[in-house]
Amino acid sequence: MEEMVNGVAQTWLITKVTLPGGQRADLLLRDGVIAKTGTRLAAAGAQVLDADGLVALPGLVDLHTHLREPGREDAETIETGTRAAALGGYTAVHAMANTEPVADTAGVVEQVWRLGREAGHCDVQPVGAVTLGLGGTRLAELGAMADSAARVRVFSDDGRCVSDPLLMRRALEYVKAFDGVIAQHAQEPRLTENAQMNEGAVSGRLGLAGWPAVAEEAIIARDCLLAAHVGSALHVCHVSTAGSVEIIRWAKSKGWRVSAEVTPHHLLLTDELAEGYDPVYKVNPPLRTAADVEGLRAGLADGTIDCVATDHAPHPVEAKDTEWAYAAFGMTGLEVALRAVQQAMVETGLLDWAGVADRMSVRPAVIGRLSGHGILPVTGAPANLTLYDPAAGPEPVDPAAHASKSRNSPFGGVALPGQVVATFLRGTATVLDGKLAP
Amino acid sequence: MNRHLISAADLSRDDALLILDTAEELARMSDRPIKKLPTLRGRTVVNLFFEDSTRTRISFEAAAKRLSADVINFSAKGSSVAKGESLKDTALTLEAMGADAVVIRHVASGAPHRLAGWIRGHVINAGDGMHEHPTQALLDAFTIRRRLGLQPGAGDTGPGGRTRRSASRTAGRGGGRTGPARPGGLDGVRVAIVGDVLHSRVARSNIALLNILGAEVTLVAPPTLLPIAVDGWSCEVGYDLDAVLPKTDVIMMLRVQQERMIAAFFPSVREYSRRYGLDAGRMAMLPEHAIVMHPGPMNRGVEIAAEVADSPRSTIVEQVANGVSIRMAVLYLLLSGAELTAESRRPGR
Repeated sequence: MEEMVNGVAQTWLITKVTLPGGQRADLLLRDGVIAKTGTRLAAAGAQVLDADGLVALPGLVDLHTHLREPGREDAETIETGTRAAALGGYTAVHAMANTEPVADTAGVVEQVWRLGREAGHCDVQPVGAVTLGLGGTRLAELGAMADSAARVRVFSDDGRCVSDPLLMRRALEYVKAFDGVIAQHAQEPRLTENAQMNEGAVSGRLGLAGWPAVAEEAIIARDCLLAAHVGSALHVCHVSTAGSVEIIRWAKSKGWRVSAEVTPHHLLLTDELAEGYDPVYKVNPPLRTAADVEGLRAGLADGTIDCVATDHAPHPVEAKDTEWAYAAFGMTGLEVALRAVQQAMVETGLLDWAGVADRMSVRPAVIGRLSGHGILPVTGAPANLTLYDPAAGPEPVDPAAHASKSRNSPFGGVALPGQVVATFLRGTATVLDGKLAP
Repeated sequence: MNRHLISAADLSRDDALLILDTAEELARMSDRPIKKLPTLRGRTVVNLFFEDSTRTRISFEAAAKRLSADVINFSAKGSSVAKGESLKDTALTLEAMGADAVVIRHVASGAPHRLAGWIRGHVINAGDGMHEHPTQALLDAFTIRRRLGLQPGAGDTGPGGRTRRSASRTAGRGGGRTGPARPGGLDGVRVAIVGDVLHSRVARSNIALLNILGAEVTLVAPPTLLPIAVDGWSCEVGYDLDAVLPKTDVIMMLRVQQERMIAAFFPSVREYSRRYGLDAGRMAMLPEHAIVMHPGPMNRGVEIAAEVADSPRSTIVEQVANGVSIRMAVLYLLLSGAELTAESRRPGR
């Protein structure tokens, strides 16, 4: 007997799908888990999805998403942001703390967590602020956020760097009590005053104030040493330079508890895009050089960089329809991340689909201490799945068609391969045929 | 010619020489009792100034008026811009009013690029942030040509007693096209640009244009005031002014802002002046024919000593006069889309 909830079949039979390891299988999704795997499965009453040619990835997990709610609902809401996430193949996102009010109390993180559950498109795991109001002077009540219903484990002042070395040390130490991790936005503030773009040949030519690589690398080096000293877990947000990759590689070789992420845009785009002064290419950390892109790809391929995180940063039109210097930093990313990663990593032979599953689901779930996500599709695993067609396209990206409330994608008009065909959250389809499930 | 004049780097050698030669003709007309030409009658030029710059604004205003254009001065202070109106909305307003050309001065690098995307009229960059100031570079090149006697029609030996260099030596360097090069470039002229290159739009435009015209550029500055990737620029770089002076035909002194000292670009104004200022002693180290330029406004006693600024070698006042001719030429070429003809040369009523 077919069970129906809101008109959606709760039992799904996905046939002839390609697993991340390359083998083909049928998957039976029932009661929120993968009830059976095998070949030529049959299940009476199950909705059948012919997945011939599609890759089944564990539902993607984003460690770095700006959902803007509460406070900037003109740019994004939890509803629109999680729709975008589901369409991009995500089943869980970490919502950054730089909202208005800042997510620096148990009350705010619980509100974000609850709104995510109500929206239902993907799990929303709030990130708590490290310091009160992102002010960089006093620790927020990290323990209260950890103990709240939102069970916060990742803390970040993202958008701002915890630049005070003593405060950073204390934060790293303090969160050990509840297995927390500090996710650092590595940006030495004095070296980046009024910085507009990567400092290099292009910034010199364009007359835009430079954001030097050393301002990121110096903080990462310091934080790795601090994490080693106090035996804590450090996560480095949006690594953007080849030099940063080298420092993280060295820290990991020492056995220190350091993890790192890279964004899809830093894997594909370079600072030369600033030539026309179109702020759609303005982002923090900035787009770097081709040599940096190469270093980041190599770092992601060899595991020095643990995962891809979008840093999805929606902004209303007027925040970008302006002079470069006055425009907001940030790019949307949820809806194109997997396609961008296919372009940057799979088409280049640097990662296979098992590698993509690892970098976009398994490892970010581990870093985010997120249970129920990042588990490869085997019998008994939660039925969080992304079905992806790598042979689709390439199609130019059309930001106007995005579910995100904002249009500031740097990939507008860029042809990217692939398509997310379906996304399942605990056995329920959130996306079918590349569209939001009804 | 391009539709807009946003960057000197966008000019071909032929474009640049066309502007200089047109300015030369217009300058001759300025010597007549009736200076006004009817050429741009009925056309509207808007001076859109988001940054105070009386000198540049009145120079453009005089240029437009001598060509009989209607001029609207839009200063950001006290306007709707001060109340938070965006550049885009201001642009759409000017567009609706039928501006044929907008001369924009803005504190943000790239603002003219953005403006050009929002309006149909011609955009002329009158200085954007730390990026470019192309008409300043053009008037500087014009001034160098005249002072060194390199303009077409001048004798083979300029007033400085220096032999005119052959334009054919580097033919096609800027324009990248075949055929005989238009004469009147600055081939082989040795230009030193001294001071705050990092923050200077005048320096960026001058380096680009001087390269296009075949000059040899040397930058002299404390390392803190040079861009980090200056090695990739097509010019020499030096830290020692005294070593460069004897090998210099033209020295351009850039304005140094005292607030740079607070940001630790150099220790004190006095130390800057001692190491990079042009005083009478240093001027004496220049070759006899060499000229001294400054885009203004000057800090007398800092980057340039008063006796140097007021010496016969200084071109500072000429630069201002030449600015009007250059801006006339730019407005003329962009707005009329034609070279000067006999018809258009007739003075207005």
